[in-house]
Amino acid sequence: MMNKEHLSKKSFPWAHVIGYVGSIVLTVLALWFTVKAPLSQGSIITILLALAILQILIQLIFFMHITESRGPAYHSIAIALGFLFTFAVVAGSLWVMTFNSQVQ
Amino acid sequence: MFKSLVLYLKNADPLIQMSAVAIVLTLIGIVVALTYYKKWGWLWREWITTVDHKKIGIMYLICALLMLFRGGVDALLMRTQLAFPGMNFLDAQHYNEIFTTHGTIMILFVAMPMLFAMMNIAVPLQIGARDVAFPFLNAVSFWLFFFGALLFNLSFVLGGSPDAGWVSYPPLAELSHSPGPGINYYVLSLQISGIGSIATGINFIVTILKMRAPGMTLMRMPLFTWSVLASCIVIIFAFPALTVALALLGLDRIAGTHFFTMLHGGNPMMYVNLFWIWGHPEVYIAILPVYGIFSEIVSTFSKKYIFGYKSMVISLMLISVIGYFVWVHHFFTMGAGPGVNSFFAVASMAVGIPTGVKVFNWLFTMFRGRIRLTLPMLWTLAFIPCFAIGGATGVMLAAAPGDYQFHNSYVVIAHFHQTLIGGAVFGLLAGMYYWWPKMFGFKLNETLGKWAFWFFNIGFYVCFMPQYALGLMGMTRRVYTYPAATGWGTLNFVSTIGAYLMGIGFLFIVVQVLYSIRYGERDMTGDPWDGRTLEWSLPSPVPYYNFAQIPTVNGRDAWWEMKQQRKEYSLSSTKELKPIHMPNNSSLPFFMGLAFFVAGFGLVFNQFMIATVGLIGVVVCMLWRSLEKDTGHWISVDEIKQMEAS
Ligand code: HEM
Ligand SMILES: [Cu+2]
Repeated sequence: MMNKEHLSKKSFPWAHVIGYVGSIVLTVLALWFTVKAPLSQGSIITILLALAILQILIQLIFFMHITESRGPAYHSIAIALGFLFTFAVVAGSLWVMTFNSQVQ
Repeated sequence: MFKSLVLYLKNADPLIQMSAVAIVLTLIGIVVALTYYKKWGWLWREWITTVDHKKIGIMYLICALLMLFRGGVDALLMRTQLAFPGMNFLDAQHYNEIFTTHGTIMILFVAMPMLFAMMNIAVPLQIGARDVAFPFLNAVSFWLFFFGALLFNLSFVLGGSPDAGWVSYPPLAELSHSPGPGINYYVLSLQISGIGSIATGINFIVTILKMRAPGMTLMRMPLFTWSVLASCIVIIFAFPALTVALALLGLDRIAGTHFFTMLHGGNPMMYVNLFWIWGHPEVYIAILPVYGIFSEIVSTFSKKYIFGYKSMVISLMLISVIGYFVWVHHFFTMGAGPGVNSFFAVASMAVGIPTGVKVFNWLFTMFRGRIRLTLPMLWTLAFIPCFAIGGATGVMLAAAPGDYQFHNSYVVIAHFHQTLIGGAVFGLLAGMYYWWPKMFGFKLNETLGKWAFWFFNIGFYVCFMPQYALGLMGMTRRVYTYPAATGWGTLNFVSTIGAYLMGIGFLFIVVQVLYSIRYGERDMTGDPWDGRTLEWSLPSPVPYYNFAQIPTVNGRDAWWEMKQQRKEYSLSSTKELKPIHMPNNSSLPFFMGLAFFVAGFGLVFNQFMIATVGLIGVVVCMLWRSLEKDTGHWISVDEIKQMEAS
């Protein structure tokens, strides 16, 4: 643990720079797609969702240090579970609620 | 608001007026008694401001038992009304209110606090910790639960109880169909206590992962601790769905939005979906710690290591994950396509597999063990067949086409009471008997306990077995009466007798506790059951810093190993004592709960001034805590020596 802090002090924080640039690029792209892109609404929403997922990954990896830890990597397991359950809730609800079209 | 409250009480049912009088008299009695015996200071210093996990556990236990009484009275009222066809004891409205409060109280204000009680009492001791990771937050959780429960229980004397079922589906639960304050009570009290539950989940996950004594690796943790970990994982992932569902329903009712109203594109089915995304995992939140309790008890009273420890751990974790993928089995009949129903049917049945693994492991642990039939063991033995039947009927319900027949009939009532009573309640009672000496320093009387056990168990089967038949004969749930021509009279009467037998069983538990406070066998050794895990290495009741020295763990069932190696765990032989750092008591958690209560009460009656005052109180408490310098205190070596000697 001491070592890591020591190292990161010495070497240039490349990870932070990559993360910073990456997150800005993604944000600008999102803005460009909503304002300028000549696409249908459905495909724009899909693209925005994809960009959002990339954004989450960048935040987690470069700023929230998901890949580093001082002991067992419990937080990575927790995040993975969180993703699994989020997926279950969102995709599951969309799937379950398609019965609207049959019931109404 | 006050005028309407008075008007409500004036026109209310005599039963409710009597309860209101009884509540006022009890409150006066408590105040007088506390003043007469000069106990206010004691109550404040020792209990209300405490951050000690053991005391918080005891407070949860007391509240849970009181709520069990309230929910039990509700149940007996309902069973009395159903005893004969065409009874005139409760009217339809009153019956609706009672089944709603009964269900909500039993799940959220009995099962949850009872398992929080067990977690608080046992987990830090089992892992060799001096407290939970966030003692202050633990107290906040308790007071949020307490004030949530209080708000809910006030409803029936102040303005009317919720009456849309413990699931409170819209459109019935919307303003258009339920205009009074009832459903607001439901939404706000669950919301307030729900915040507390999520905080408890976080607190115990961190405690278990970060506060274990040296040498206690994950695979050396007692199974109860594992089961609490599994349950807390489910809490933090499932409860937010309830928070969202209730928040949207509350906005619909209080702020005039249309999330679930059909107007302006609202969709009531989404509430049902969100509710069960929490609702099914919730039953696993309640049942998983119980599996852990049974594992401890079976191993202790068979004098054996638990059979298949690893498979126990894996099945716990599998249940907590698969349990998240089955929620639609509560609304198969809502009209989802065959693909959806098949997926959720198969997932529901799959949960049965890891559960079966656990049952076989308990049986193998008992096989050729030296079994002692103490009270905790009796309840464990009663649990196994009961839960087996409950699980089997669960698989029947999980078969989607079958569920079209069973849904909303008494078959469902019988099934989930069998899993909730035969699983969660039996287990929590077993845990209460098991850890009682650790909490209070004396054992509960065995003879009275056996009377309670037999009344409760026989009563259980007499009450719920006929309901499977009633369900198949076509009796639906949530009906307040039925005509004689249906032929349901006899079985309903039998069922009511069973309910009263269970009521007598509960009274025996009350008598048992009162009797044992005076005459119960004192626990001088701290290890009355010849236990295996670290909590039994400590004196009973446990000193407030728990361990004078943090133990070093060399294997599973740490205390048993120490006893085997005659490594007497005494103070002088090992390392020197060091001063111990402990957290300070604080009155903030209590005031924060109170502020939430005021805010909730204001919102129930759309009194936004009162609500604002409450919310400001919450913010002030948070700011106070953030700015306060609270670094805890040290206990000196002399003090520790003194306490250890006494
Ligand atoms: C582990 C302990 C369990 C508890 C505490 C429990 C609790 C409950 C509760 C409270 C309900 C009532 C739903 C309503 O209000 O309509 C219910 C229904 C149901 N349970 Fe369980 N359950 C448990 C285990 C299981 C198992 C193991 C299965 C299947 C393998 C299962 C399958 C079902 C199904 C399919 C329903 C829906 C029935 C219907 O609505 O028609 N349950 N359960
Ligand atoms: Cu379920």
